[in-house]
Amino acid sequence: MEIAIISGKGGTGKSSISAAFATLDGNVVLADCDVDAANLFLLFNPSTEEEEVYVAGHKAVINYSLCTGCGYCIDFCRFDAISSNNDMVVVSEVSCDGCFLCSHVCPEKAIDMIPNNKSRMYSGSFRNGKMVFGRLAPGEENSGKLVNMVRNKARKISEENGLEIIILDGPPGIGCPVISTITGVDRVVIITEPTISGLLDLQRAVGVSRKFNLPVYIIVNKFDLNFSMTLEIEKWCRNNGLVSAGRLGFDERMVTSMVMGKSIIEFDDNLEISKGIRKIWNRILN
Amino acid sequence: MIKIAVASGKGGTGKTFVSTNIYHVLRRNNYNATLVDCDAEAPDSSAFFRTELLKTSDVTQLVPVINKDSCTFCGKCHEYCNYNAIFILPPARVINVMEDLCHGCGACSVACSYGAITENPVSLGQVNIFSTDNGSELIEARMNIGVMSPVPVIKAAIRQVNNHTDIAILDSPPGTSCPFIQTVARADFVILVTEPTPFGLSDLMQSVETLDTMTKPYGVIINRAGLGNNEVLKYLQAKNIPLLMEIPFNKKIAISCSAGEIVSDSDTDFAGKLLSMVRNIISNYGDSNNQR
Repeated sequence: MEIAIISGKGGTGKSSISAAFATLDGNVVLADCDVDAANLFLLFNPSTEEEEVYVAGHKAVINYSLCTGCGYCIDFCRFDAISSNNDMVVVSEVSCDGCFLCSHVCPEKAIDMIPNNKSRMYSGSFRNGKMVFGRLAPGEENSGKLVNMVRNKARKISEENGLEIIILDGPPGIGCPVISTITGVDRVVIITEPTISGLLDLQRAVGVSRKFNLPVYIIVNKFDLNFSMTLEIEKWCRNNGLVSAGRLGFDERMVTSMVMGKSIIEFDDNLEISKGIRKIWNRILN
Repeated sequence: MIKIAVASGKGGTGKTFVSTNIYHVLRRNNYNATLVDCDAEAPDSSAFFRTELLKTSDVTQLVPVINKDSCTFCGKCHEYCNYNAIFILPPARVINVMEDLCHGCGACSVACSYGAITENPVSLGQVNIFSTDNGSELIEARMNIGVMSPVPVIKAAIRQVNNHTDIAILDSPPGTSCPFIQTVARADFVILVTEPTPFGLSDLMQSVETLDTMTKPYGVIINRAGLGNNEVLKYLQAKNIPLLMEIPFNKKIAISCSAGEIVSDSDTDFAGKLLSMVRNIISNYGDSNNQR
């Protein structure tokens, strides 16, 4: 069973709660799909058993020994990535989308397409099972393909090791990496917080989950920071036929445990928040 | 004009909190400020102000439409498409465009020698321009649900900043990939907002690495100072990175922010600190490469 944890808004507690879920009972496969800001490895310090290169698109590089400076490529580029500077044609690495069109049209074949190959996927073991995580090299395109790679690996590991539960810690937002994280999962858990931004971003995250007809469970984290906003969010959920999986209170020990390199469950299983997380988890699994 | 981006690797560190408050303080002090909400996947800034919508424009991308009567199923467009957005089965005379995968680069049109490809615009999102109470502008990039990349909408929003603006605040999307790069590439200075936790530090280090390779000047705000540990502070000292400000963790701030209040409206001490921070940034980085 694949369970994806997303939020729309960043910083609502996806990773801390995913870490808690992963350390509740038996062994699991934990996949960090927030490849742009992978964090769970910091908490669990997994062994690296496999490392794979992920090619995140290409960048155009001009071979100046062949380039005549004709500028023919400039008009074709729709990303405004090529310009002419004193008869010298230059590519902006930041703007280049890696579409290859310039390299196709160049009459001198003076443009090389260089693969971006600094991103990685790692898999290994941690204290509660197996872990897979992707690390996108800074500045590279987060197209969701690396997320797919992480998920495929997680499924393979789950079968090979007979680990039934796969927990996917998702990225913020609603774009391609999020869509890649949730397509085809068994449960989507959306974690929100009782703020205006939390509600607005929850609505967009629900929108994207509904587009793929996925069963959604809502958690209001830090609910006691603004109780009336919590009630408003829960009312919106009810009116829209959404299942609330429960509330979690604000607890500074969530941060303390993280600093100590532990999930809140590992920190103290008897805290109210730990019990709350366990209850929510059982509700999600049914 | 100076453009200041407010960014962070980790989500939820307080980017929108910082940018809405800077914007508010600047307006109060008669600067001609524009706030650009570049977090097109989760645009929330407008919820913090009384706004009047001045203009909405649709952001589109061209996607190919293939005329099967002129298509010879030669496969050259499929070969040119680096995004695997054209699916072709020549024996069965099947050719389809997967619009979700298309980046609108136009390579397929160039590839086709039979005039079988035309291009149609599809909507990716909107750029909304609001006026806030004293007439300054708030520009919002808003990506449609189900769209893959926010980048075209972000670029379109930043292009809408008008020339009379003295200071544009770019509220950046989280992370260090394309949406972040496309936002900070257009800024003169970047404020990185972090929190003093292991996750905050790890994501900050990644942001710093990215901005260093782009040779962008930046400084750091530590939000929720007092929670977590001192590792972020130690890192900044070791790397000689300017600490612009520390905002102590305060449950009252969290609560008033959750209700959509602008904290600097009532907290004059905080407002003063933000203003002097921005004035410092302007005197060091503003107008030197004036892009007016």
